[in-house]
Order: sequence, then C-alpha cells, then structure tokens
Amino acid sequence: MQIIVVGCGKVGRTIIEQLSMENHDVTVIDTNSSVIHDVTNNFDVMGVVGNGASYGVQTEAGIEHADLLIAMTDSDELNLLCCLIAKKAGGCNTIARVRNPVYNNEIGFIKEELGLSMAINPEAAAATEIARILRFPSAIKIETFAKGKVELLKFIIGEDSILNNCSLIDVAKSIKSEVLVCAVERGDDVIIPNGSFVLKHDDTISIVASPKNSREFFQKIGVETHQVKNSMIVGGGTIAYYLAKELLNSGIDVKIIDKDHARCEQLSELLPEAVIINGDATNQDTLMEEGLVHAESFVSLTGIDEGNIFLSLYAKSCSKAKIVTKINRISYDEIINDFHLGSLIYPKFITAENIVRYVRAMQNTVGSNVETLYKIIGNKAEALEFLITADAPVVGIPLGELKLKDNLLIASINRAGEILTPKGKSQIQVGDTVIIVTTHMSLHDIKDILRD
Amino acid sequence: MNYPIIGYILGWVLLFESAFMTLPCVTALIYKEQEGYAFLAVAIACFVLGFAITRKKPKNQIYFAREGFVTVALSWIVMSLFGAAPFILNGDIPSFTDAMFETISGFTTTGASILTNVEGLSYCSLIWRSFTHWIGGMGVFVFLLAVLPMTGGYNMHLMRAESPGPSVGKIVPRVRDTAKILYGIYIAMTVMEIVLLLLAKMPLFDALATSFGTAGTGGFGIKNDSMAGYSILIQAIVTVFMILFGVNFNAYYLLLGKDKKSAFKLEEVRWYFGIIVVCVLVIAWNIHDVLGNAFLALHEAAFQVGSIITTTGFATANFDLWPQLSRTILVIIMFIGACAGSTGGGIKVSRIIILLKTVKQEIGYFIHPRSVKVIKMDDKALDKSTVRSVSAFLVTYVIIFGVSMLILAFDNLDMVTNFTAIAATFNNIGPGLELVGPNGNYSMFTPVAKYVLMFDMLAGRLEIYPLLLLFTPSVWKKN
Repeated sequence: MQIIVVGCGKVGRTIIEQLSMENHDVTVIDTNSSVIHDVTNNFDVMGVVGNGASYGVQTEAGIEHADLLIAMTDSDELNLLCCLIAKKAGGCNTIARVRNPVYNNEIGFIKEELGLSMAINPEAAAATEIARILRFPSAIKIETFAKGKVELLKFIIGEDSILNNCSLIDVAKSIKSEVLVCAVERGDDVIIPNGSFVLKHDDTISIVASPKNSREFFQKIGVETHQVKNSMIVGGGTIAYYLAKELLNSGIDVKIIDKDHARCEQLSELLPEAVIINGDATNQDTLMEEGLVHAESFVSLTGIDEGNIFLSLYAKSCSKAKIVTKINRISYDEIINDFHLGSLIYPKFITAENIVRYVRAMQNTVGSNVETLYKIIGNKAEALEFLITADAPVVGIPLGELKLKDNLLIASINRAGEILTPKGKSQIQVGDTVIIVTTHMSLHDIKDILRD
Repeated sequence: MNYPIIGYILGWVLLFESAFMTLPCVTALIYKEQEGYAFLAVAIACFVLGFAITRKKPKNQIYFAREGFVTVALSWIVMSLFGAAPFILNGDIPSFTDAMFETISGFTTTGASILTNVEGLSYCSLIWRSFTHWIGGMGVFVFLLAVLPMTGGYNMHLMRAESPGPSVGKIVPRVRDTAKILYGIYIAMTVMEIVLLLLAKMPLFDALATSFGTAGTGGFGIKNDSMAGYSILIQAIVTVFMILFGVNFNAYYLLLGKDKKSAFKLEEVRWYFGIIVVCVLVIAWNIHDVLGNAFLALHEAAFQVGSIITTTGFATANFDLWPQLSRTILVIIMFIGACAGSTGGGIKVSRIIILLKTVKQEIGYFIHPRSVKVIKMDDKALDKSTVRSVSAFLVTYVIIFGVSMLILAFDNLDMVTNFTAIAATFNNIGPGLELVGPNGNYSMFTPVAKYVLMFDMLAGRLEIYPLLLLFTPSVWKKN
C-alpha cells in the first residue's frame, strides 16, 4: 500500500519502521531535513521536506495515489488539517494523532465531520493499558481479545512457583484448567512451546484464557488476583490524568505527585477525588512522607525516561508495590529488562500497534480480517485475532490435520461468545474468531497460517 | 566493517557478470569464432565462484554507508578483473595492463582505447567491449537492486555510492521499485535506438554495439574511424540519443506520469539543453569556414557537442583539427558533463549550477555583508550539506587532477595531450586532443601512466569518494 506519514518523531519513526518492514511504500513528510535524511538512510522509504498540511507538499509525496495518510506531528490541529487536506486532495483514508483531552472528548464528532478513519490518542491508550495491569497486578502485561472475553496475560515464573521445572503436559494434568501457554521468553529467545516444553523460573510466559479461567489458574498456582487498592503516580502529565480517571472509576485510590504547582491545581480541578501532591518526587523524603512503603502500586510517568527507571528501582527497593514504568524514548530493551522493573509501558509501541493493525485490516478488502493484533514481545512475536469467513481454507478441518507453519499456535476459538480451547479434534467454523500466536510477522489473512 | 556481507554482495556481482557474459558467448556461436571459448570459460568461472559465495547468507545483514561505498568500489574492480580476463585468454588484447585499461574504460563508460586497430578484434570481443558500456552506464548495483529481493533500508547506501549526482534520491518510496523504473526506462530507450538504427539501414551487429555505446554514454566504436563512416541519418539518430541519455532520468519518469509539465521545468535539464544549444551554434559558426557548408557545420557541431558533453566520445570528424575556439569549447564542456542521474559522466550540470550559485552568493556577501541568502534549486532550498559536499567534491577533483598530471608528466609527452588525456578519462569521455585525439589512442602511455588513468576512470565514474575510501586505512579496521 502507498502510505504517507507526516511527522517523524518517536511515534512516527516507530510506525515508519513497522510499515516499511511490512513492505509498504512509505513516504515521510517532515519539516526538519536532518530528520528526513536520517530516516531515509535507515529505512527503505522516501522523504519529503516540508509542511505536511500543504497541498503542494502532499502532492509531491504522491497523495493522489496514496491509500492512507497518517498524521503524527506534535500538534493536534496540524494533524487534523493534514488529514482534512489529504481527504480532499486524494480521497485516501486518514489517521490522526489527537491527544488534547478537549478534542478527545469530542472525538466522535471530529472523526465524523472530518472524515477521519481513525483518531489515535497514545496517552489514553497507554493509560488504559496501565489501568488494566493495576486491576490485575500479578501480570506484567494484559491484552484483550474478542471484546474482553479472552485475555492474553504475561507474567514471570518465580523461583518458588509450582510451575518451575514443570512441563506443559504436567501443567495441564495437575492444574486442570482451560489455559494455554502460548509464548515463552527465555533470555533473548522467544519460544512458541509444545507439550513437552519444560518451564523454568525467570521465564516470562504468556497465557491465553478467558478472564474467569485465568483467575482460576492463578489461584491454583497460588498467585493473588485481586486489584490494587491504591496507586501512587509520579508525574502529572496527560497519561496520569487519563489513568487517574480510569482508576478512580474502578474504586482505586489515586495519589499524584507533580513538581509544577499550576499543573497540580489544574489536576485537582479535573480530578477532585484524587489526592494531588505538589512536590519533587526525586526527593526520597517526599515519597516516604506520602507513604511509598505502603503503596500497593507505583507508576512513574514523568517525562524523563531515566528518571522513571530510577524512581521505579527505588520504589522496588523499599516497597512491595506493583511497579509500572513508562518509557518514551530510549530503546535499550535488553538492559531495561535486566532491571526486572515489572511492567514497562511504551506509548510509541502501543500507537504503532494500533496503526499496523488498522493497515493490515485495510489490506484485506474482504475475507478474514485481522480484528486485533498485539505485539507480545517487541518485534519477536505477535498475537492476532482473525474473523473466519466462508472462503477460509481452514474451515471444517480438524486442527490436528491442518498443516500449520512452525512456531505458530492456534490459541483460542471464540464461537458466538463461547470460548473454546483448541484441541486436535476441534474444527474452525464460519463466523468464529480465532486467536493465533506466532513468531512469523506480517500475517495478513487466516490462510497465511498454513504452510505454503 | 561487515566483511561477510561485502563478500556476499561481491558473489552476487560475479553471478551477474557471468550472466552478462552469455552475450559474447552467443555472438561467438553465431560468427563461429574460436575466441568465444575464453568468454565461456570466464563466465563459468564467475558462476562457480559466485554460486559458492552466495550459497550462505551472512548472519549479520546490516551494513552502513562505508560498507556500501567500499562494496561498490571493490565490485567495480573485481568486475573489471574478470571482464578483462577473456581478452587476455583469447589473445585479442594479450597484455594484462592493456586488457584492464580497455575493460575499465568500458565499464566506466569512458571509451578510451589502447587499440590501434579496432577492426582486428573478434566479434565477440567487440560486442563485449560495447556491452560493458551498457552495464556500466546505469550501474551494476542498480540492476542488482532491481532484480534481487534484498530487504532493509540499507540498500540505499549501494545505490548512493554508484549513482552520479550531488544528492541521490529515489523516485518512488522503495529502492527496488526505483531501480526497476530506472532500468525499465534505460532498456526501453536502448531498444528504441536499436530499432531506429536498423530502420536507417545499419547492420544488426553495428546497431547493437552502437546502441550499447550510446546508452551507457561510453563511446567505444567498432570501426577505426568511430562513427565517421556511417550515413548522415545514422549519425543524426546517434546524436539525438546521446543527448537524450545525458538527461536526468527523473525527467523521463515525470514524463511518464501525470504531471508532464514539471519535467520541462527541471532547472538542471533546462541548463543542460541551454548549454548544448549555445555551444552547437558557436562551434557551427566557427567551423563554418572550414567545412564550407552551413548544414554540415551544424550537423558536425551537434554530433561533437552531444558526444562530448554527455561524455560519450564517439567521433565523426577529427575535431582536433578544428579552430582553437571550437577545441576550447569542447574541452570546457568535457568538464561540465551530463546531468546528475543520467548515464553520463563529468562534474555534472547540477554541480556546476550549485557552484555558480555559491559564487553569486559569495559576491553578494561582499556587497551586503549581513545578508542571508539560501541557495535554491528547482525552487527548493538546498541543504547546506549538499552545497558543502559539492564544493568539497570540486576541491578533491582538482587535487586528483593535479596529481595525475604530475605522474603523467614523467612520460614526457606534450601538455595538451596529458591534460586532455586526464580530462577525457576522469570525465569518462574517451578521446581528447593531440596524441589522444579522435584519430589517436592511449597505447603510447607507459604502464604506470595507464594505471593512473584507470584510477581516474573509476574515480570519475564512482564520483571519487568510494574509490578514495578504499585507500583510507581506518575504513579497514575492525571498529
């Protein structure tokens, strides 16, 4: 597909990387020529220097033949204008990043009137993801499929866990629950395991199950499943606002610490139920005074990645809180993972995931659409949800007889709201949605799961 | 330095060279020539070697600008070595130095020859000589990128190292598609010329060799008198195509698209045609008295200007005998060269434009010391780094030219011969003046001088820096 990306910041760059890897024709527009220079040197994309909202610049980037324009600049207004002009000039689909809460509240109207295909709010998306984790603190990452009927949970096996040194067949026998282990991270490797695979401590495993089954599973292996009672949030930015709102709605007490007095007043006005503290969180006394030791969860959301990492390390050392760390910019995943900080939130990846999902779905004009897509482990494994239509080549064949690609797993079948754990004899039917977990990137269609 | 990936790409280059060599093999088969076995042997050797190397993909496929530049420079040398081998084996050009000179002259689309009797060569050697022009014209890597399914954003480093011009861009978002479009236009135009030449009653073999020579703006003739023996019509067709192959290929892509007008608005293309028209008129007026016929004067002037500015180097007349003004103009346009993004050589029209604008800007600073002025091209502000690299290019160019002059001086030939020999090889033209004029050749130089000229030809084709990088020790260090 011909895709134009306007704005090449952190998020823009992540999207460009993803889309060019998936063999799309990507043209990048940015006002900064050195940024364009850099991005065209690193990815197989074309660059245009100029203002993305200009008709002339868009024409130069080939708006007439473009299928999609993605506006990812810093400014909401500019993004909306880019999309509006693109819509009028080329009639293509448009995606805009809109982060201002004022517009966000009216996003339905804006989308409708400007003809946007999608409006994306990285901060709100990140907040939703954090809130999900705090409702279930034993997991380090939770994704939902089939409108919440299936969950993908990621957690680390502790040394004293009963799963340590246990093969997957034994897990199924001894625990007897409808839970499927679909991916295991061990060191830098990602494994899609089979029955004889033996789990070790420090493995990060991902399981697919319905919420009820997963709660049962965690109880059986002796892990607490209740949501946190309170949360300490450092940094009062936009994510903090969205997060606090969600947490307060689920009855979790929220305490926000921010340096800026004016921002604190603003937050206090917007979130009357939250406790707003005006103080410097890098000062240990402030954190202690506000009861870090007894906090059940600690979320570092300041604008400085290094600061967030240090705050989280400190919180880990002096409390038992569930720790969530936001990372905007830096990309030393391997090193950050070594700190065992628990849940890491990368807003740029969440945004890129949303867009890649949209692009893949757009490619399938008819047929088995990609309904949902998550990158389970960076760029190493994905979980996709497909809707099965009549012409899919997998319908009505027992799963045991399908010639599936290696490193690919059918993790769950959702039949009219009922969640089935796939067995060798199960068959996929028209109208089902199935969840596939795989290390093969860029599956577009359900038929791609079969060997060529 | 990622050595495995450099070796791997070199392997692919060998495979492509063996494929290209099937053309002289087929020619030998048609003319039943013994000399063809040498091409067959080398083609097989290239294939076996290339196949062995490319069987295993290196683990680390990431490479950066310096690997790209080094790979391109090395590939051109390796290609020339294997391309020269058949000449030595079949005895057409027995000396190693001469065979290398002839092959490098071919691949770099120079067209400078050490042969005193071209017509004595076998047909298969003749077609290979001309075909190297065609391969070298658009570039091996552009071909490689168009055909091979190589992924990743790093491929641009290869294209940038091989394609001429101050700032190499893409015409469509993906390198592979860009390469395909370029070769598509290249092949289509070559076929067009072959057909027209055949219609003008040129024999098939001559039409093929001439078209390859024109398309790559190379200039190897297959006759001792270059193009002089052919009819006026054939010469006119060659004139038109020489000039067309010197145009920036982006213009053709624009012509194929919706917005045809913008092709005619490209500043570089306008300057290019402007320079040609002015030079043709002045030379035609200047040689009018010598030839005594206005039409003939215009025809000869157009052919020679087209041949020299596009750095092709075909000749219909011995312009060495023309009046001093015409000779001087021809030497000057040797340096200007063709457009960036074409198959021609030289400094390139766009660089000349940028340099002239820099001079104008500099003069402006003397008049208004606090003035701020941005250099623009095609109504767009040029990057400071582009302007800087153009100035640096010119400095490097002058230095290499000077050093070459110094080394050639040991041969004790006259100044004009030495100067135009370097100008004609460094700018990938072919014939110069005096001893290396249209009726002369490069056979009288000593081997040392020939190697200097070979370096100049490669440096000229790859625009200096890839080749200089080979001689920079820090590039070869592990880190």
